[in-house]
Amino acid sequence: MATDIIIHDKKDNVGVVVIEKITPKQDCACWIMEDDSSINIQSEDEIPLGHKIAMVDLKEGDTILKYGHDIGKVVKSIKKGEHVHIHNVKTKKW
Amino acid sequence: MEIPKSFLGYKRENGRAGTRNHVIILPVDDISNACAEAVANNIKGTIALPHSYGRLQFGADLELHFRTMIGTGCNPNVAAVIVIGIEPKWTKKIVDGIAKTGKPVEGFHIERTGDIGTTMKASKKAQEFVMWASEKQREECPLSDLWISVKCGESDTTSGLAANPTVGNLMDKLEPLGVHLCFGETSELTGAEQVCATRGATKEASDKFMKTWSSYNDFILKEATDDLSESQPTAGNIAGGLTTIEEKAFGNFQKIGNCKFIDVLEPAEEPTKGKGLYFMDTSSAAAECVTLQAAAGFNIHLFPTGQGNIVGNPIEPVVKLTANPLTVKGMGEHIDCDVSKILSREMNLSEAGDELIKTTLRVANGRLTCAEALGHKEFVMTKLYRSA
Repeated sequence: MATDIIIHDKKDNVGVVVIEKITPKQDCACWIMEDDSSINIQSEDEIPLGHKIAMVDLKEGDTILKYGHDIGKVVKSIKKGEHVHIHNVKTKKW
Repeated sequence: MEIPKSFLGYKRENGRAGTRNHVIILPVDDISNACAEAVANNIKGTIALPHSYGRLQFGADLELHFRTMIGTGCNPNVAAVIVIGIEPKWTKKIVDGIAKTGKPVEGFHIERTGDIGTTMKASKKAQEFVMWASEKQREECPLSDLWISVKCGESDTTSGLAANPTVGNLMDKLEPLGVHLCFGETSELTGAEQVCATRGATKEASDKFMKTWSSYNDFILKEATDDLSESQPTAGNIAGGLTTIEEKAFGNFQKIGNCKFIDVLEPAEEPTKGKGLYFMDTSSAAAECVTLQAAAGFNIHLFPTGQGNIVGNPIEPVVKLTANPLTVKGMGEHIDCDVSKILSREMNLSEAGDELIKTTLRVANGRLTCAEALGHKEFVMTKLYRSA
């Protein structure tokens, strides 16, 4: 089954684009690896292969979960379907 | 898939087995590189391992230098060694360390003789060694003679999604068969260090890991001018979609599958607790890390990459795999094993692990890696601090 986005863990609030790119307002098929389930999401941004999409609305200070673990904090609010990267998420280390 | 029980390797005097049969010309120090390279140029089938250090080092930094030099010579992928240094004492120390394996080794020092005279003497011995080594045949060796090291590079999110878990799948399948395994990259476990510590097989191993990681982190906090944002993640990582060191670390960590590490090694330290997985305290810079793992005796390396790292090593074959279809398309000449079909769900993790096992065994049996065919011989010493 074609997959546009892969999500590692059910707890994750971001997914990873696995096709060359997704475009704004694209209906994307997501596969959750942990329990082999599927969901759908509509994108807001153009997002390239390997980059992350927000699966829910996120506000400043929220924690990004990937692999079911804390991978950083939101520094600028993010809407569901938007691109998640260095412009809106930072490390909690260093 | 039924995993083969053996591979074709070169049996060495000390009971280890090599996947390669190199005769190396090892300079003790930077200023002996020219002579070592002259010998390798004279005698076909030998390789020189030039590097940048070996003078006025002291303390733990000097110990690491000797450990790396001696360990490189002792690696079972090496049949025989010529050691060339400027002074006799350090040259002899390295020769004596390598001689314990029982393999042919001879040292030459340049002082009082000069490059030309030394080149002549060393070339005669190198010719003898390489002709002797050329008669060595591959023989059937148990799979447990494989010592597999791993390190990832130019990682992106496809590394954590697929290429690194493929290595983890291989580890889960090969660990019960008695192979030695090694992962490192102290810096790139930052963010996942607590989870990694729980993967120690004993409390002692877990504590040793946390001590090693904390000592590294203290150093970063002391030396870093800002937040390492120019280095971790790298520009290549960021282009590939990795946002933070924590994200990179959890991706990195997928390489060990469900295995537990039985001990924590110093850089270039040979494991002594038998079969199983080891963590080695290393830099995350590719060539430095692989050089240290090779010096610890590992005889084949698996290197998952996302955006396309191209590293190789002069004595330890480096097998590259990627799950990024754009990397396969754009720089396929560097990729030994393509697992990009995981992303399109045309291949599952177990199938990918089997593919990697097949590739690993072909390389162990003698197939050249992409990096070998392209001439990658990165031999990079780890330096702990400035010289005297």
